[in-house]
Order: sequence, then C-alpha cells, then structure tokens
Amino acid sequence: MSGGHEHDHDDRHTAPLSDTQLRVKALESLLTEKGLVDARALDELIDLYETKVGPRNGARVVARAWADPAYKKRLLENASAAIAEFGFTGRQGEDMVVLENTPRVRNMVVCTLCSCYPWPVLGLPPVWYKSAPYRSRAVLDPRGVLKEFGVDVGDDVEVRVWDSTAEVRYLVLPERPPGTEGMNEDELAELVTRDAMIGVGRTRAPERREP
Amino acid sequence: MNGVHDMGGMHGFGPVVAEAHEPVFHAEWERRAFALTLAAGFLGEWNIDMSRFAREQMPPAAYLASSYYEHWLWGLEHLLVERGLLTRGEIEARVAALAAREAR
Repeated sequence: MSGGHEHDHDDRHTAPLSDTQLRVKALESLLTEKGLVDARALDELIDLYETKVGPRNGARVVARAWADPAYKKRLLENASAAIAEFGFTGRQGEDMVVLENTPRVRNMVVCTLCSCYPWPVLGLPPVWYKSAPYRSRAVLDPRGVLKEFGVDVGDDVEVRVWDSTAEVRYLVLPERPPGTEGMNEDELAELVTRDAMIGVGRTRAPERREP
Repeated sequence: MNGVHDMGGMHGFGPVVAEAHEPVFHAEWERRAFALTLAAGFLGEWNIDMSRFAREQMPPAAYLASSYYEHWLWGLEHLLVERGLLTRGEIEARVAALAAREAR
C-alpha cells in the first residue's frame, strides 16, 4: 500500500473503528492504490474548505455592497460576476443570485432536497442547514424557524423562502445596520454573520464609539 | 423523484438545533469522506445531479437514521460501483481486511 508505512502505526485509538470509519478507509486505500485519487489532493481539499473558504468571503461581498452603491447594483444584477471580482469562484457557486433584504422583505435560503449552499462565499454548510428539521420546516413555517434563531419578524414584513437547486445558489444581502455610517469595508465586514447571509440570523450591532 | 430526501413541508422532525461554534467537520472520517467524494468527482465519471440521485437512492429508513456525510459515503460507493471503478466485492473485502486488522 503506498504510504502504508506511515499509517500502520499512527492508527492507535481507544475505541474500535465504526463501520463507517472502516468504509471510508477502505475506499481511500482502494482509490489511492489504483491511482484514481491522490492522497495529497485530499489533504489540500480538506485544508481549503476547513481553513480558507468560509463566511468571511461572503462578509466581504456584503460589506462592499453596503459601502459601494455601484458594486451593489452589479451584485444584484449579476451576482456571480460581482462575486468573482473578489476571486471567489468555483464549485457550488457557479450561478449565484443575491437576495436583498429591505424593511418590508426578508429572504431566507434552504435546500429542501439536500444541502445546496454557496460554497465560495459561505464555505461548507453547518449541520442544522442540512438537517431534517430545517429542510422540512423552512418552507412550512419560516417565521417559526426564524423565531428559533432569535429573529422575530413583524406581520408587516414579507418572508420569502428560496429553495436552492443543484445549480442556483443564493446569498442574502442583509440590511446595513444603523449606526454604521462612516465605517469602512473591513469594519462593516465584521458585522456580517453567516446566519444573516443565509437569512436566518441578524447582523451584529456596531460597537458604540465614544464621541 | 419523490422520496424521503424530499423533506420540504414534512412534519414531525422537531426544532432546528444550531450548534454554537460549530467546527467544519466533526470527525476525521468526515474530512476524508468529503475530500474523497470531491476528488472522485474530478474523474469525470458523473456530475452533481448523478451524485445527488445516488444519495437519494439510499433506502429511506437508512437515510433518516444516518448523518449527512454517511449519505455522501453511501452515494460515493454506489457511483464507484455503478461506473465500474470499484467492485462491490473489492470494497467489502477491503472493509473486512481492515476490520480484521482492527481486531488484532
């Protein structure tokens, strides 16, 4: 087994491996032996999605849209191209649509069938997004789900729920929080939360500055 | 295709529970299953729709009782066998060999 000498001894563990763990190891060893996948490429993919791609990307997009009206216009007209200006491109984000929240409209994103999510701007989805409770109830009782996330939506606000597809991925553009006049893009980006960009959470309030 | 994966509007799954400070992966095998699925996808033997369809063919009772990356693993095995990249026999033999090594 290629690389086997490195692995034979560092597999010490207290609990026996589960069937799932064994099956993953079996596939990895077979696929690498046959030269179908490269173990180093696996490590690089894990590192990319664990440490490099994540919601900080989306936060920068939102912050620029708040700070620059011309960028916001481009973002709402052609989200994929406007997001690509940052270099955020690639799989699971080829066809992006940005949904603008307003005082009257609140957008919320789900994938009822599985887990479709805009990887280049948000990274990999959290477990709750992929869970049966969220997938089933986001379309049935969105206001109830929002309440569980601590967001109370008034009756005068329309809630729009967007069900992702294998191709089209959505990013919510939250409203710019009050009290942020004069903040620059980096400061604004700090206020943008992942959940606000999925449409289930709030942005952070700016810290009050001494006059 | 209608199926248990088509969850929109279903009742009875309870509240949405979000984990505070959630890590990207919850176990080493999740990292490997994720990366293996992507890397095997690069072989060009299937597209994203086929990956989804593969996961949707998981038996419904098993689908509901298993985690997200277990769905991915099931789908990956299914596609590897369907496209002739691995046989069911060699996967099971390797699992058995690893289990035997474990038991030593």
